[in-house]
Amino acid sequence: MYTQAMDVEGAEKARAVTTLAEAELLQRFDARIDDGGFIEAKDWMPEHYRKTLVRQISQHAHSEIVGMLPEGNWVTRAPTLKRKAILLAKIQDEGGHGLYLYAAAETLGTSRDQMLAALHSGKAKYSSIFNYPTLNWADVGVIGWLVDGAAIMNQVPLCRCSYAPYARAMIRICREESFHQRQGYDALLVMMREGTDAQRALVQDAVDRWWWPSLMMFGPPDGESVHGAQSMRWGIKRISNDDLRQKFVDATVQQAQVLGVTLPDPALQWNEQRGHWDYGAIDWAEFWRVVGGDGACNRERLAARVKAWDEGAWVREAALAHAAKQAARERQAA
Amino acid sequence: MSDTTATEWPLWEVFVRTRAGLDHKHCGSLHAADAAMALRMAREVYTRRQEGSSIWVVRSEQIVASDPGDKDMYFDPMEDKVYRHPTFYKLPAEVDHM
Repeated sequence: MYTQAMDVEGAEKARAVTTLAEAELLQRFDARIDDGGFIEAKDWMPEHYRKTLVRQISQHAHSEIVGMLPEGNWVTRAPTLKRKAILLAKIQDEGGHGLYLYAAAETLGTSRDQMLAALHSGKAKYSSIFNYPTLNWADVGVIGWLVDGAAIMNQVPLCRCSYAPYARAMIRICREESFHQRQGYDALLVMMREGTDAQRALVQDAVDRWWWPSLMMFGPPDGESVHGAQSMRWGIKRISNDDLRQKFVDATVQQAQVLGVTLPDPALQWNEQRGHWDYGAIDWAEFWRVVGGDGACNRERLAARVKAWDEGAWVREAALAHAAKQAARERQAA
Repeated sequence: MSDTTATEWPLWEVFVRTRAGLDHKHCGSLHAADAAMALRMAREVYTRRQEGSSIWVVRSEQIVASDPGDKDMYFDPMEDKVYRHPTFYKLPAEVDHM
């Protein structure tokens, strides 16, 4: 899963270079980026680059773990044992992806607890796609097909991100993510080809509700993206929001045909001249409303996270106390 | 909900050997209260698809690393020692497979 939120917070101003030594370091940093080189955790980097990455990677991590919630809603109601095992494996993957990303962000000098505190206080964002509810079983399939499909489209270029710990985490994530999309499509195929009319209607209903939010996952249009240009310059972002969105639409149209569902966009039409599918206007007012906290599930998602964190406090403390006691016992025995 | 950095579980680096005969390779890090927990969590996080046959975990603070600032001074002296590579030596074609 993926966060689009890197584009939606106020841009910090890059601080001016103050000393000669700093100017030289910056020059070397820029040269390495231009060269297509990687930046490692202990290398010198501009403060603004560090901040941008902490924000983007931590929001990406938050998205992974909040993304476990809408799917968790269906674990006990999965239609077969096979689907339940698949869903559990996928949800476990999302937790793992969160961990890879938190670890990558920690290399930039921010602690896990600081990041979680920012999430829990509402200061940090996560992908607003997870503020939509999962109303029927087909939603689980559609999340795999469209939401994870959009995520993969977004994440593949991040494997070449200039910040190496992030790029390495993304390589691992992308390797695991393709199972997510395929299992979703597979579940929908079964409903469409072997299901009843009512089940086929469930799939169409889920597609109708998830299509537009999935397109919004790529973030605001290029002209309105506050971090876009700087992130491109630094090799944090490689392909623009609109280009990725177009790529996703182009890839998805045929998949919808094979599945036998209609994408809910009357303006969807092949454009011979562009060699791409044209699509209708996205309701950005809805996007900003959900980002701003007023989606169907914003409060519920955050409350679930905070509850899990607070109720797990005694476990974290007990494990530390146990470890300290064991270590003391071993010292005594030695 | 609080910022409890002081009580955060320590950080561990995880090394995985994918199969017998290969080196252990660094694959990431995680927080765990002690070594046993670090190993168990490393298995859950980094070998869910049979990526490993052996795991090492090391407390991150125990790793001693070279300073990236010294990189040039540290590694460049090897740059002009091309005679350390087999390709430096041009041999007659008949024996060049040596």
